[in-house]
Amino acid sequence: MSAVLVYFESVGAELTSAQQELITLADAVGEVQVVTGSTTSDAVHALALEGVHTLYTGEGEIHAPDPAVIDLLETAVQETRAHAVLARNTADTTDALARLAVRLDTGLITDGVGLSHDLRVTKSVLAGSYTTTARVAEGRPLIATMKPNSTEPHLVPGGAPEIVTLPVTAAAAEQLRVLERTPLEASDRPSLTEARCVVAGGRGLDGDFGPLEELADELGAAIGASRAATDAGWIDHAAQVGQTGVTVSPQLYISAGISGAIQQRAGMQTAQTIVAINKDEDAPVFEIADFGVVGDLFEVVPQMVEELRRRRS
Amino acid sequence: MPDAAAGTPLHIITLVKSVPDAQLERRFTEERHIDRSEGVLGELDEYPLETALRIKETAEEREIRVTALTMGPTGASAAAKKALQIGADDAYVLTDDALAGADISATSTALRAAIERIQQVSELDAQLLVVTGMASDDGESGAVPAQLAERLGVHLLSQATSVELSEGRLVVTRTATVEQQKVSAALPAVVSVTDQANDPRYPNFKAIMAAKKKPLTELSLTSVGIGPTAVKPRAQVLTAEPRPPRHGGTVITDEGDAGVQIVDFLQKERVL
Ligand SMILES: Cc1cc2nc3c(=O)[nH]c(=O)nc-3n(C[C@H](O)[C@H](O)[C@H](O)COP(=O)(O)OP(=O)(O)OC[C@H]3O[C@@H](n4cnc5c(N)ncnc54)[C@H](O)[C@@H]3O)c2cc1C
Repeated sequence: MSAVLVYFESVGAELTSAQQELITLADAVGEVQVVTGSTTSDAVHALALEGVHTLYTGEGEIHAPDPAVIDLLETAVQETRAHAVLARNTADTTDALARLAVRLDTGLITDGVGLSHDLRVTKSVLAGSYTTTARVAEGRPLIATMKPNSTEPHLVPGGAPEIVTLPVTAAAAEQLRVLERTPLEASDRPSLTEARCVVAGGRGLDGDFGPLEELADELGAAIGASRAATDAGWIDHAAQVGQTGVTVSPQLYISAGISGAIQQRAGMQTAQTIVAINKDEDAPVFEIADFGVVGDLFEVVPQMVEELRRRRS
Repeated sequence: MPDAAAGTPLHIITLVKSVPDAQLERRFTEERHIDRSEGVLGELDEYPLETALRIKETAEEREIRVTALTMGPTGASAAAKKALQIGADDAYVLTDDALAGADISATSTALRAAIERIQQVSELDAQLLVVTGMASDDGESGAVPAQLAERLGVHLLSQATSVELSEGRLVVTRTATVEQQKVSAALPAVVSVTDQANDPRYPNFKAIMAAKKKPLTELSLTSVGIGPTAVKPRAQVLTAEPRPPRHGGTVITDEGDAGVQIVDFLQKERVL
């Protein structure tokens, strides 16, 4: 069976749900090999899964924007003769896979949500208004980035993979140097792109995410926002959902105080169920909401929280 | 300290794309290409233009030219003209039948050839800085800047939220997967900027009039020195199906119990 190379930016003690999904997708189309630029000693336990054969790393840590990431990927492809390379669709991995595709003279397909046995990639385009399937030219390896929440992870514990260190090291920092690194704010909530439920707020929150925080606590949800809310500085830019923020496809998206501009919709309209709360009955968000409430979010949201608590007890 | 690179001119080439208006219905053609027969300058391309213009305006002692380059169907020149109105010094439009349905690979190949051609004809003998948006407004892969950097053999600084030129080097703040990074790189480079980078300007009447006198040059694959086989797509779209539009469901007006009604709905839909 031919190999499928899965690229992770880093592997820690536990796989994220997006990483579990990628392994599940890869396992369905070939023999899974993992390559990463950054591991901890527990990574090998995290990857002790049936179907995962080898973990390739470089010599020392290799991170974006270091172009050695592409050397690492290229070497791993040569080593495994992979007929497909899969990774998540973050900006940094998209860059790496894009450059790898140039080196391998093959096609790149980004933001896939499905992968068939014959390596056709399904994706949603034009702000969710079309679904396309695409494949790379005959006889060339598929290079694809996949969105989280595309498949149900299905992993079976197995033996530890073999670890192979490839002769690739970080590039000399003279030409391209990282002067400062500031970790993005970590939160205890599920990550926005991977969450099964997202509670999002916009300008209508008027600076107060308190009620949404409480609702998210009750639902175990991630918190999202419109650009109006992130631009106002009420919440970190990382929470922005939409064309220039993150795209989410959760089971449930609750939108509160968001009008539903096209750029916001581009990031959430593939959610399975959408609930919208807005005091303006003409807000475009109601055109795509499965359940809409015309009302004041500062009354409706606390009542939801209270009701959820009541039913739980 | 005198600027080390002050003597060398700088050529900033900004990539702009003519895209179908997102406020109108966008569709695929029978050949399964996004219908780009009518287009506007992509919103996300206003940010790199603004970045380029600000670099030019703040580096007084250095000769800087801002060129807008677009690749697309005949109508794409409208996007290039808009870029001239916003402030680019000159513009190029790469149009060729062989580029219809270009994928990421074909696009970056053609743009590389165009950029090298523009450098040749501009007789500036300048350092190169290519500035792009974070993604196109229609294809949205965000992968063209990286492929272009790879093909040009220059540094890539993507997802920039601020861009400065300091002592001849680029200093960029960028959003990486788990961290914010401040990165410094030597030129030449490709930089992609996000919509967090600046507030793009609007052209005023004077700028619109001035743009009419600025040079706008048409390029073809032949004039940039590559043949149609070089831009054969490496990825093909096999099917493109319109998604059934999402329909609005029930909309109720809160009469004091809407919070409870939402919870009822969620329970019924089994999403709790
Ligand atoms: C290039 C570009 C990229 C963009 N990218 C994005 C993106 O990625 N994501 C994004 O979201 N936007 C994006 N935008 C911005 C987008 O166009 C809208 O401006 C933005 O989404 C509006 O945010 P909002 O809905 O929170 O604010 P508004 O449009 O002002 O809507 C606020 C809503 O809150 C309602 N409201 C007010 N008070 C209450 C209350 N007490 N209870 C209930 N409802 C209330 C109002 O009725 C209104 O509908 C982008 C724009 C551009 C130009």
